[in-house]
Amino acid sequence: MENRQVATIDGNEAAAYVAYRVNEVCAIYPITPSSTMGELADQWSNEGKTNLWGDIPIIAEMQSEGGAAGAAHGALQTGALTTTFTASQGLMLMIPNMYKIAGELTSAVFHVAARSLAAQGLSIFGDHQDVMAVRTTGFAQLASGSVQEAHDMALIAQAATLEARVPFVHFFDGFRTSHEVNKITLLSDAEIRAMIDDELVRAHRQRGLGPDIPFMRGTAQNPDVYFQGRETVNPWYARTPEIVARKMREFGELTGRHYRLFEYHGDPEAQRVIILMGSGADTVRETVDWLRAHDAAVGVIQVHLYRPFSVEHLLAALPASTRAIAVLDRTKEPGAPGEPLYLDIVTTLTQAAADGSLPTATLPRIIGGRYGLSSKEFTPAMVKAVFDELDKAQPKNGFTVGINDDVSHTSLEVDPDFAIEPDTVVRALFYGLGADGTVGANKNTIKIIGEDPAFHAQGYFVYDSKKSGSQTISHLRFGPDPIRSSYLVQSANFIGCHQFNFLERTNVLEQAAQGATFLLNSPYSAEEVWGRLPRLIQQTIIERKLQFHVIDAYTVARDSGMGNRINTVMQTCFFALSGVLPKEAAIAKIKTAIQKTYGKKGEEVVRRNFEAVDNTLAQLHQVTVPAEVSSHLDLLAPVPPEAPAFVREVTAMMIAGKGDELPVSALPVDGTFPTATARWENRDISMYAPVWEPDLCIQCGNCSFVCPHSVIRAKFYNIANLHEAPAEFRHAPIDARGLPEVHYTLQVYLDNCTGCGLCVEVCPVRSKQDTTRKAINMQAKSGVLESERRNVEFFETLPYVEHERVDFSTVRGVQFLQPLFEFPGSCAGCGETPYVKLLSQLFGERLVVANATGCSSIYGGNLPTTPWSQNAAGKGPAWSNSLFEDNAEFGLGFRLTSDSQLATAERLLKELAPQLGEGYVQSILLAPQITESEIRAQRALVADLEQKLLAMDSETARHLLTVSDQLVRRSVWLIGGDGWAYDIGSSGLDHVLSMGRDINILVLDTEVYSNTGGQMSKSTPLAAVAKFATGGKRVPKKDLALQAISYGNVYVARVAMGANPQQTLLAFREAESYPGPSLILAYSHCIAHGINMQHGLLQQHRAVASGYWPLMRYNPEVRKSGENPFVLDSQRPRIAFKDYAYQELRYKMLSRTNPDEAEILINEAQEQVHQKWRIYERAGYQGKERRGVTDVHPDAGSQGQ
Amino acid sequence: MDLRTTYMGLELKNPVVASASPLSEKLDNFRRMEDAGAAAVVMFSLFEEQIKHENAAIEHLITSGSESYAESLSFFPEFEDYETGPDEYLNLLRRAAEAVDIPVIGSLNGITNEGWVDTARLMQDAGASGIELNAYYIPANLYLDGREVEQRYLDVLKAVKAAVSVPVALKLSPFFSATGNMARQFDEAGADALVLFNRFYQPDLDLEEMEVITDLKLSTPAEIRLPLLWIGVLHGRINASLAASTGVHSPLELIKYLLAGADAVMTTSGMLRNGIGFLGTLVEGLKDWMEARQYDSVAQLRGIMSQVNCLNPGAFERANYIKILENYKAQYE
Repeated sequence: MENRQVATIDGNEAAAYVAYRVNEVCAIYPITPSSTMGELADQWSNEGKTNLWGDIPIIAEMQSEGGAAGAAHGALQTGALTTTFTASQGLMLMIPNMYKIAGELTSAVFHVAARSLAAQGLSIFGDHQDVMAVRTTGFAQLASGSVQEAHDMALIAQAATLEARVPFVHFFDGFRTSHEVNKITLLSDAEIRAMIDDELVRAHRQRGLGPDIPFMRGTAQNPDVYFQGRETVNPWYARTPEIVARKMREFGELTGRHYRLFEYHGDPEAQRVIILMGSGADTVRETVDWLRAHDAAVGVIQVHLYRPFSVEHLLAALPASTRAIAVLDRTKEPGAPGEPLYLDIVTTLTQAAADGSLPTATLPRIIGGRYGLSSKEFTPAMVKAVFDELDKAQPKNGFTVGINDDVSHTSLEVDPDFAIEPDTVVRALFYGLGADGTVGANKNTIKIIGEDPAFHAQGYFVYDSKKSGSQTISHLRFGPDPIRSSYLVQSANFIGCHQFNFLERTNVLEQAAQGATFLLNSPYSAEEVWGRLPRLIQQTIIERKLQFHVIDAYTVARDSGMGNRINTVMQTCFFALSGVLPKEAAIAKIKTAIQKTYGKKGEEVVRRNFEAVDNTLAQLHQVTVPAEVSSHLDLLAPVPPEAPAFVREVTAMMIAGKGDELPVSALPVDGTFPTATARWENRDISMYAPVWEPDLCIQCGNCSFVCPHSVIRAKFYNIANLHEAPAEFRHAPIDARGLPEVHYTLQVYLDNCTGCGLCVEVCPVRSKQDTTRKAINMQAKSGVLESERRNVEFFETLPYVEHERVDFSTVRGVQFLQPLFEFPGSCAGCGETPYVKLLSQLFGERLVVANATGCSSIYGGNLPTTPWSQNAAGKGPAWSNSLFEDNAEFGLGFRLTSDSQLATAERLLKELAPQLGEGYVQSILLAPQITESEIRAQRALVADLEQKLLAMDSETARHLLTVSDQLVRRSVWLIGGDGWAYDIGSSGLDHVLSMGRDINILVLDTEVYSNTGGQMSKSTPLAAVAKFATGGKRVPKKDLALQAISYGNVYVARVAMGANPQQTLLAFREAESYPGPSLILAYSHCIAHGINMQHGLLQQHRAVASGYWPLMRYNPEVRKSGENPFVLDSQRPRIAFKDYAYQELRYKMLSRTNPDEAEILINEAQEQVHQKWRIYERAGYQGKERRGVTDVHPDAGSQGQ
Repeated sequence: MDLRTTYMGLELKNPVVASASPLSEKLDNFRRMEDAGAAAVVMFSLFEEQIKHENAAIEHLITSGSESYAESLSFFPEFEDYETGPDEYLNLLRRAAEAVDIPVIGSLNGITNEGWVDTARLMQDAGASGIELNAYYIPANLYLDGREVEQRYLDVLKAVKAAVSVPVALKLSPFFSATGNMARQFDEAGADALVLFNRFYQPDLDLEEMEVITDLKLSTPAEIRLPLLWIGVLHGRINASLAASTGVHSPLELIKYLLAGADAVMTTSGMLRNGIGFLGTLVEGLKDWMEARQYDSVAQLRGIMSQVNCLNPGAFERANYIKILENYKAQYE
């Protein structure tokens, strides 16, 4: 064990570390929570790191997990050592290939960060539903329960598969293990080398296809032999468990870490035993130790090798004294007599009882239960509840633990006060903002402490479901022994609150232990702060005798030149107060870590961080805690009392972080949730917000148009409405002739503003006296918040302008349309949401949305609230998300329903003509529905029809009533990002376009997989850096517009709101009215571009000005009038591509990492722009002649640039 | 014909020097400039503030939005190694110095003491044959007097001189109360050359966007008058070499500067406007002129029309200005 290298890393890195070294090919596709494994492999490959044999593995990012599995299969078939990393839906897409790979007895390991499956809702979090769904494929399944195990089992699996020829899924729990940072002992290359037999590697290679020894594999087989062929593999499966057991023994001899297929831990004379796999085993193990210390005869069997299931090894592991067993499955199999592991245990023991091989005297009682779905906490208290259940005369079978199932009454009672965290462990909780660097600092702290031989360290991080203003909670443990508590900190002896305003809504001290240290980042001094605390916080500090310290971290950070990054300041405070390491030594280590982390980022960054460390200690003060509670402040309610019942009773609990307490009965049975809920969640996340200047404003509507969070709204109204307006309510005469009594108000919803500043950027007006002032300006919110809240309240009472009075054709007009998509939790300044909001404004009342998984499905549909909203009449968009890969097909299904039901409605309507009147029926059937007023008229007609139908006693009428809403033209939109449209959903999208049905596709093109953290897609441009394109993408972006145009009957537009909002608006309206498939490619600036999001629109402008993103529309309808359907809407390139690109880190970074390559690629990219422009120009110049909307010179096409 | 000249202690094959410009951002261009006839290349200016700003910006943008949302804990690959600060500049300088036989001069732009000295030394280590301090300072602080401003220039110069062994040139602003005196002080402080003058930042206003424009317009031949004046005045009176910069758009300006006393003549705008081949045009133009006038060497003609050498030294001073005005009147009366 001596001189072993240790590292504090997460489970993903632990597994990938081994996988990289023992493979030649990695075929991958990003999916949470496994993406990191692929990203690391790509990074190492770029850094030139080699595998065991001195080669750099090839990393191939595919278009989907299906593609990754196919590529892996192909690489394996031709003899390469191949792996992939995936999870959840990704693993589902691999199933067909997994059957093949297993059927062909192929040595391979797939590493899986096990995750929930999308059922009633998607979840990115961990459980075993995915791996249980592939247990029939023929893959062996090896489970890890900790970061160390993820490292070790990755190697054991590889060693075993080479000998067994049975492919392996090696899995560990998503997030709980994949993202937990823990100190582990790293395998040396020599140890890895020793476990991998090159004879077996050569044998694998020789089984590969090759013309020198030709053979075929993958035949089609007939009934005569298929069955027998399927049975040929039995001996291989039969010997696999023993091979794995032997590899585990060899591994133990090499490393001192010993594993078994079924790992028993506990009392040798245990009466009650829990059997489970994954990270929960560590929690059970810890609880078993505690219970045994309190005289309980209990034990736990941790399953490592789940498939092939070794009856023999299980029976050997079970103590003969066992009288009751609880089998815990982290999965759900609705309708089954039990979950998979439970059934396997029952089968094994009953068969053993039948054949007399049972180790126990009698068949133990066996119960099964579910726990921990979607990373639901699994605590020692729950373990105890399970053991307690086993003691009952009639224990529950098919129980659940960790939830309150008040519907089926499956759940076990759990003692909330049962906590067994040892005092030798420092347990720290940190509440921070994503933007303040808290998590990064804590990861750094773990590394610092973990490097100390005297300490073990663990970190786990809980993130928000919002992307702007998101809250993070870090759970850190430090102690002398390896830390195997695989649950959140329950009783903290250090709590850091890095944002003062968290105290308003959250009881950050809920987990505070007696005498714990409480560190608060406070703008108030040690003397003043007490009076600013809510009552509950004061009370907890006094009752639990907390040591209370404050620091004004923002001031210290700013004074040290760190801006708003308070991470170093708060980290220094932790070391100063926690006493984990001696203060001086800790400070020295922080500085060493700073040098290491930031050294490559320049001396200046290092210097500023050092300064922050030094300045911190002088500004850290202990608060003298008064004896009495003095505050009258209560925690703010998560939602206002006027919110609807569901929002008050269910949504509010989730908002308050108490969703775990919701019983089963509170949740919808089929995943159906109300819309219009984001409006109740006033998040108050920005210190700054825009304030309108009525006197300067020209009422152009630009700010409202581009606002990504729908917080800027405009109304016009008769001045008579103003008599009840608050004194501060801002308004101005409307900028239109002949309407002296009409006023205009631009209202900012300050509580929901993220402070992105796009509105100010886009405002075209400047004060004549003070050119720094525009008609809308960012301002500190604190001074105006209260009055603006009153103004919003009044503004809400003013009616939205009737659609008939709105000019839908201008940006100015559209500002008066109510957004039916409001307050999304997307990144501040998001480039996608303005388009989505526009969609909701234009067509929201008759809109159904199919949303591909990705950013837009997260800010659109991640609980607790949704921005998809409703108007006063209760009409609004209906929304659903199926999967990532099938959104085009899913959305087409919406259309098929509409088309089908419309046909039914029309038929039934005609049948009722004798009763309704022929003229009346024809007026509905023949009504034009192109313009907004026509659609309004039809809506009124249909409403009238429905009243008539209700009054009729007719089966036909009742039938018609169920489909009559389809008589109003429905607007079907398919929304998704480029990952969907260009990659995983590409074939579906292409097929749907080819079908001619009236669907509209909006591609929010950020040119990377934004939601999973910036991986390359086929939309990623040449020369840009992205994950999986660390060295810059070498292939140009696919031109999806030209691809779609090739059909001839598809409406296609390429838009960029920041360059030409009017063209965007025109394209949306044309696409919607076009009675066939429409495709809009919308340039969406993104945080993954490495830009200051405030300048996102300017970047859009530059993208168009450089010719990189030509604005165009291709409208097949135009052809009917003999004109060119292709219209180029932007001018010839007038800035160099570089002048656009080098404003973004995604391009700029390459010039720092590889200047020569950067220069080559940027020049190639410029050439690409030229070439593409020539194509567009040629295609569009006739449009200039006939329609006069571009300034393209007719000869330009032949001249080039 | 001997075109050689000595500038800041460096022997140059001719007096034509490619001045700091975006053209020196590409390695290839160094070779092209050498092939076209440049006797030395001054690299584009490294702005101290820009380095600091860009490093901070990269750090900010890499971490923006990271560690906030469980699915996207970062948005960029982990870059183990990338160039920061002047690395990019120094690498280019190193490769340029290796690629060409002519001297490559590093250019530093700024006026604070902070960071300068180190960067100059790094340039020297990277292979710079000399350092040009492109020192300009707009004393917008109304409480800063002329003496303090002057002292700033001197302090920077002395600090850099003390730190490097390669020659150091100072590119000057024309706006000193006593430009000649300042030149002498710089000379005494150890400047190996003075470059006259810096066409320093002068903003414009965009009436459409109502914003201040910070671009730099190319020079015109008419602008040679001011540097010509001071080169003429300083030639032969200080030890430091003199380089003329500004307004060289044809061989005529080059020749005028040499006659006034320049040891080297720099061009940026002319090259940007006409391409790198313009350097050759200058050299050839000089040769043609010398041949026509039967000069054998640049040394023969350098400074023959400077104040100390010319027939009417008063032409460089105020008295002559009055005469010019009189002539002006005479023309139109």
